[in-house]
Amino acid sequence: MLSHRLGSRSSGLDWPAYLQRRAAEAREPMLRTFFAAGWPAPDTPLAETPLVALDLETTGLDVQRHAIVSIGLVPFSLQRIPLAERRYWIVRPSRPLSETSIAYHHITHSEVAAAPDLEAILPELLEALAGRIVVVHFRHIERPFLDEAVRARLGEGIRFPMIDTMSLEARLHRLSLWSRLRRWMRRPPVSIRLGDSRRRYGLPDYQGHHAMVDALATAELLQAQVARHYAPELPVSALWT
Amino acid sequence: MDAELLEIRQHMGRFPPFDALDDELLDSVAGQVEVGYFKAGSDILQLDQELHELCYIRSGAVEVRRRTGDLHNRLGEGDIFGHFSLLRNHRVRFPARALEDTLIYYIPEPVFRRLCEADEHFADFVELERPRLEAAVEEHKKANDMMITRVRKLLTRYPVMVEAGASVQEAARQITASQASAALILDTPDGDPRHTFTDSEDRPWRLHGILTDSDFRTRIVAEGLSPDTPVGSLASGRLITIQSDESVHEAMLCMLRNNIHHLPVLYRRRPVGIVHLSDIIRYETHSSLYLVSNIFHQSSVEGLARLAPDVRAAFMRMVEEGASSQMVGSALSTIGRSFVRRLLELAEEALGPPPVGYCFMVNGSMARNEQTIVTDQDNALILADDFEPERHDAYFLRLAQFVSDGLAACGYAYCKGEVMATNPRWRQPVAVWKRYFSEWIEAPTPERLLHCSIFFDLDSAFGEEAYVEQLQDLIARQAPESPRFLAAMARNALNRKPPLGFFRTFVMEKDGKHNNSINLKRRGTAPLVDLIRVHALACGSRAQNSFERLDDIAATQLLAPGVGEKLRYAMELLSMVRIRHQVLDLQHDQEPDNNIEPENVADSERHHLKDAFQVLSHAQKFLKYRYPVPAPTGRAR
Repeated sequence: MLSHRLGSRSSGLDWPAYLQRRAAEAREPMLRTFFAAGWPAPDTPLAETPLVALDLETTGLDVQRHAIVSIGLVPFSLQRIPLAERRYWIVRPSRPLSETSIAYHHITHSEVAAAPDLEAILPELLEALAGRIVVVHFRHIERPFLDEAVRARLGEGIRFPMIDTMSLEARLHRLSLWSRLRRWMRRPPVSIRLGDSRRRYGLPDYQGHHAMVDALATAELLQAQVARHYAPELPVSALWT
Repeated sequence: MDAELLEIRQHMGRFPPFDALDDELLDSVAGQVEVGYFKAGSDILQLDQELHELCYIRSGAVEVRRRTGDLHNRLGEGDIFGHFSLLRNHRVRFPARALEDTLIYYIPEPVFRRLCEADEHFADFVELERPRLEAAVEEHKKANDMMITRVRKLLTRYPVMVEAGASVQEAARQITASQASAALILDTPDGDPRHTFTDSEDRPWRLHGILTDSDFRTRIVAEGLSPDTPVGSLASGRLITIQSDESVHEAMLCMLRNNIHHLPVLYRRRPVGIVHLSDIIRYETHSSLYLVSNIFHQSSVEGLARLAPDVRAAFMRMVEEGASSQMVGSALSTIGRSFVRRLLELAEEALGPPPVGYCFMVNGSMARNEQTIVTDQDNALILADDFEPERHDAYFLRLAQFVSDGLAACGYAYCKGEVMATNPRWRQPVAVWKRYFSEWIEAPTPERLLHCSIFFDLDSAFGEEAYVEQLQDLIARQAPESPRFLAAMARNALNRKPPLGFFRTFVMEKDGKHNNSINLKRRGTAPLVDLIRVHALACGSRAQNSFERLDDIAATQLLAPGVGEKLRYAMELLSMVRIRHQVLDLQHDQEPDNNIEPENVADSERHHLKDAFQVLSHAQKFLKYRYPVPAPTGRAR
């Protein structure tokens, strides 16, 4: 399977070793507990892997200049997404909120002013993520922003294995022979944005840019991607990065 | 409300039964949903699998099959499934499979139970013990009739009002001059603003009392009062009034409670009319009565034909005011018979008196009192037995021609099957008709069965009623004794089957095919009427109307308990939907027909129609077993 081969190539990092090492080396107890949580082994079949969909809304795309405003997550499995277990937080960004980001996320100054600093909700957040494979759409936001935010507060960063539904779409639509042919013919590339990707699987349009709604949308997308393209017995390490 | 759940609750809030939930309940449902994705072709529920959730289709399409593999239903966005199993043994009875890529919202059982407890409408929707069909028909009945019509609709003019200083004689004169039966007595204001109103000339008045026809007897003449007695001096008890926006029903109750026949109607504090008990009684049938008397006043076919738009108007009014199908059917049949009678009177005027006695028989929907606005004529002539064709038939042919052409001019299309008195076969003396009927019952052939289904709904419209009664007696006597005939009629009643239901903008057939529209008469009411007729024949019922036939059937053991009721609800619902769609056609200036297009069927109506189709389908299956073909007689054992 094409995607499988690409999957193993891109997971250059040995996640079990990394998690184990951090569990031993982390100075902060909260992080030690996080890294020492029972993580799924690389050969765990997807169907049995505990997952959690995560979405961050930020004031911008640059981790150096922008900050997190809201976090939404929902634990799930390939079979079910229990909404009752969803979590959603608005946090006060360490950097000022721009007008454009307000228009974008519909989160206002007063909501932000009343919100706690991310540090206050960090224990709950880490507990919700620990031991589950985090599923995001475009990991280059969630991974660096979370890493940076935790580093700023606890003095050391945080990384963990993720499944990126956007790169799964890219494998299917950007790296295939057909898509290279399209590019060669100067056709526009297939969109792999969340909404466009979902539409290809018959998933409904949701109002975007709400961290909780996007997390749910991402969870549904992964269920759909696996249902259509992968075997539920596929080891989780084939998709994580 | 959590903004993140908006997507879910807004979607659910668009579809029954969730559309009727209050916001708080809906929020709590949305927050408990579990989501699952199924690619096209994959199983969602497997037979006998344990189930503890209700399934809601957020997007995609699902096919539900029976244990036998037959298609049971096809569902789309906003539909639910699984409630069957949840309410029974938690085992999946109808396996479900994704037809397209499908997103399911699972509603956990505790939430489902809470909804059933907290919301009666929701419980009715999913509950099978008390079917939605019954609930729908009852609700329609409750919501209409006199309940929703406001009492002000009954007022035709302002009340007669006399000042308190006027004499009773003057009051009597005014009431008589206005052809009224009561007057209101006005006095000067007593300072209490609650009783004060101003008239059109801005003068303030107080409503003092009412003086009715019977008051002149009981309170004036019997008391020996002089004609000069001022009306204001008559002892007046508390005046009972009603506000103009109250329902006709409430007005009626108010009169009955207080034992009064006149009820002043007020708009705020100003009197706007007086309702008499007879106004209310007349109300229900007023427009059709008026139309009928108008029919009998016409002196030519042209005059009758000009009434066709009035028939449509009366039909629309009745439906808009929420009449039941039985009320509409009987009113339209009465109107139709009136046309027949008036045409026969006119024909006799033109042709002279008939040479021998005759009865003009009507058949089909008019005989059953189930006519709608889309109808053709089915009729025949039964002649006295001293009828001699060579001498008399020319007269009756002209008579039949006159009526048939006249009916066509009034909007009753000629019968395509030639079931009309103009056809010599259907213009015969009593003895021949008896022979026809006996032959049909004794040796049913496909052609004869077709005749039975038309002629065995029969009633007299004009002339010697006894002739039709003799034929009705014959049927009631012979049919129940003829198992072979009943078996043949039963099989004949299965020729037209209902569809399975609807799927998106299509009518879905049992074999999974889709159609763009459905003839609700051919696929719904007519097969149901056929089916009820078979049971009615079997129990020797003389009733013609399907609902009355069901009453007779209910007195026997022919149907399992409760089945008769279900058939009644199905009949009412199918008839009403058909009638309502005819009104829709009329409102859009289209020629009304018996077709309905799925895109014009509201969501809730779809569910009810599907239930009604199912009732019909079950009843058809039962018919085959109830009236089996008897073994040939005389066979050696």
